[in-house]
Amino acid sequence: MKCDIVLAGVGGQGILSIATVLGFAALENNLYLKQAETHGMSQRGGAVQSYLRLSDRPVYSDLIPFGKADLILSVEPMESLRYLPYLSAEGYVVTNITPFMNILNYPEIELVMDEIKRLPRFVAIDAEAIAKEIGNSKTSNMVMLGAATPFIDIALQSIEHGIREIFGRKGEEMVSLNLRALHAGREFALANR
Amino acid sequence: MTKKLLLGVEAIGQGAIDGGISGVYAYPGTPSTEITEYIQGNKLAVSRNIHREWSANEKTALESALGMSYAGKRAIVCMKHVGLNVAADPFMNAAMTGINGGLIIAVADDPSMHSSQNEQDSRYYGKFAMIPVLEPSNQQEAYEMTRTGFDLSEKLGTPVLLRITTRLAHSRAGVIPVHSATVENNLKLPSDPLQFILLPAFARKRYQTLLDKQVDFERFSDESPFNGIIEGADHSLGIICCGIALNYLLENFPDGSPYPILKITQYPLSSKMVKKFEKLVDKLLIIEEGYPIVEEQLKGFFDYGKPVSGKLDGTLPRSGELNPDIIAKALHLKSASCNAIPPLVANRPPALCKGCGHNDLFLALDEVMSDYGDGHVFSDIGCYTLGVLPPYHSGNTCVDMGSSITMAKGAADAGLFPAIAVIGDSTFTHSGMTGLLDAVNEKSNILIMIGDNESTSMTGGQDSAAFGRIESICKGAGVGSEHIHVIGALPKNHEKLVSLIRHEIDYQGVSIIIPRRECVQKAARRISERKKENSGLNVL
Ligand SMILES: Cc1ncc(C[n+]2csc(CCOP(=O)(O)OP(=O)(O)O)c2C)c(N)n1
Ligand code: SF4
Repeated sequence: MKCDIVLAGVGGQGILSIATVLGFAALENNLYLKQAETHGMSQRGGAVQSYLRLSDRPVYSDLIPFGKADLILSVEPMESLRYLPYLSAEGYVVTNITPFMNILNYPEIELVMDEIKRLPRFVAIDAEAIAKEIGNSKTSNMVMLGAATPFIDIALQSIEHGIREIFGRKGEEMVSLNLRALHAGREFALANR
Repeated sequence: MTKKLLLGVEAIGQGAIDGGISGVYAYPGTPSTEITEYIQGNKLAVSRNIHREWSANEKTALESALGMSYAGKRAIVCMKHVGLNVAADPFMNAAMTGINGGLIIAVADDPSMHSSQNEQDSRYYGKFAMIPVLEPSNQQEAYEMTRTGFDLSEKLGTPVLLRITTRLAHSRAGVIPVHSATVENNLKLPSDPLQFILLPAFARKRYQTLLDKQVDFERFSDESPFNGIIEGADHSLGIICCGIALNYLLENFPDGSPYPILKITQYPLSSKMVKKFEKLVDKLLIIEEGYPIVEEQLKGFFDYGKPVSGKLDGTLPRSGELNPDIIAKALHLKSASCNAIPPLVANRPPALCKGCGHNDLFLALDEVMSDYGDGHVFSDIGCYTLGVLPPYHSGNTCVDMGSSITMAKGAADAGLFPAIAVIGDSTFTHSGMTGLLDAVNEKSNILIMIGDNESTSMTGGQDSAAFGRIESICKGAGVGSEHIHVIGALPKNHEKLVSLIRHEIDYQGVSIIIPRRECVQKAARRISERKKENSGLNVL
């Protein structure tokens, strides 16, 4: 098993919560893992990414080589395109479609979506809408994680367990909310891959 | 022994706790900050009451740690690479005094300048001071080398420099810590009462001691379990990998490198080891993150000997951090084909948060400065550096912490009018206060705007060293009370701030305006922490 993931988003969108859940799941499955994060300057509304590498063999580099990522998981549509050089020929892009427009020259969203639709394998998902349906828009990152699960070779139970570990502190209510978000995202991806 | 998922910096924090420190001393700086924050949040560190407060700057941090070492206890000092410039004086002289309790100076370099103004390589400082340098290649080694680094320091009687770079600092991996932490040292004064007195007559002896120790330092590098040769079948090339360079190489050879590798994680370079390795192979490639320090040492001035390649001959790029692709290219390996970034993808530079008080400072300053034209504003380092970028025009310089005040003073000395410094509260107490004294003593004609957000925000919102006391410091330095103004950094005060700036530009001498409002991020964190406390939940 080997899964190299580029997690993408904008500083403040909280992509690391996704990485944390996957990290728990990976440890539980005795997988090797490296996860490089962005800290510092660009956290202020800049482009941020995390390189998450899971494998049943030792992982050496903290960075993913170009053309080797199995998955780009982006919580923002334009950001999903920024890391295309990392995507492998068979890789998937799973991206949220709600733009984060904190710059004046943000391209027209239709053009961004056209670029995404041109990719051979992608899932474009309205994570906010699904999260709202579930009852809490703050769960959109777990919707995104759910949408990525079909492409990550880790048992769903382990990922659910990760959510319990991370959100357990905030009470049972938050756990079940985030679990529902995970499942809703997963179902969408399975139906729209 | 449970595996913990730790950032490289957290692994260092855990290693320091398990190594029996009695204190961490630090000034924040990306990518080193979380070493200290990890220790601050650690249960054992709290129950042992390990010293874990922030220092005013890197120099005071290192000196305090040296004081703790003098008293016989173990300490770690943490900073980013440019922080070592600030602490260079005690750093060089701590090499002279040596230590009593174990002392590790952890410095995080930032090749590619992700969050820094340069990419200097701290290993040169280690060589300059002639002390051992540790450069772990992964998170587990970062933990181990820190934990055992205190023993090394005490055995050799020297401070040890621990050097990491951004990727190791901010990448997580499974780390297996030891069962129990070493007990702290007891208070114990140095056995030689002259050891820490660097008067010339004694210092000469200390220097000789340092020179004599070099043999031991090299022997320890030679015997380090973290250094060594990894065999490979093809001896046409030998690759020397320093620190994390090894990972990028092995990424290209997951089933093992065809070429022999010399793994270096502890300096000074063991000449015995390097010579042995050189005999094995026809030519050498040196892969190191940062400056080509090993390559310079090994490349003969007259080009005798076996060919040495690396950064100096262009085999590897001279600047920026390494990655697996750079190394694939250097070794002429095939890399995977990859897509381009579509041209429509726009840059997303960092920006001030919505509602940031620095915005109010810049809007007022920009308005006044439009009368004088560009080139009069000396900025400094912090969130407010963003004032140099559009939509603002509030800054023509950004050099090193504290330089806004002193550069404004120098420019005023040269006749520039007006000369305005923009500096943050933490930067002011880090190294702006001394420059202020110069300016006051000479009655320099400058205006200093201290953007006081009651926080060290750029690095994540650590507490500000002189919370609520900035104006008294200015007064104490001798600025006249009538020229020190504190004003809320709020949109409703815009006109007032504009006229204050105008008024103080007209004053011949040092004036201070302190637009003050708590950083919005800091306020949000404070409120959410209070909520958690009230709800009785444990905060991690
Ligand atoms: C010598 C040195 N040490 C540390 C840093 C890292 N650093 C950059 S800005 C900053 C603090 C800024 O705080 P403040 O001046 O209060 O401004 P704010 O970010 O809060 O606006 C720090 C610690 C640095 N660049 N140089
Ligand atoms: S973190 Fe604080 S100081 Fe920095 S930009 Fe945001 S609000 Fe302003």
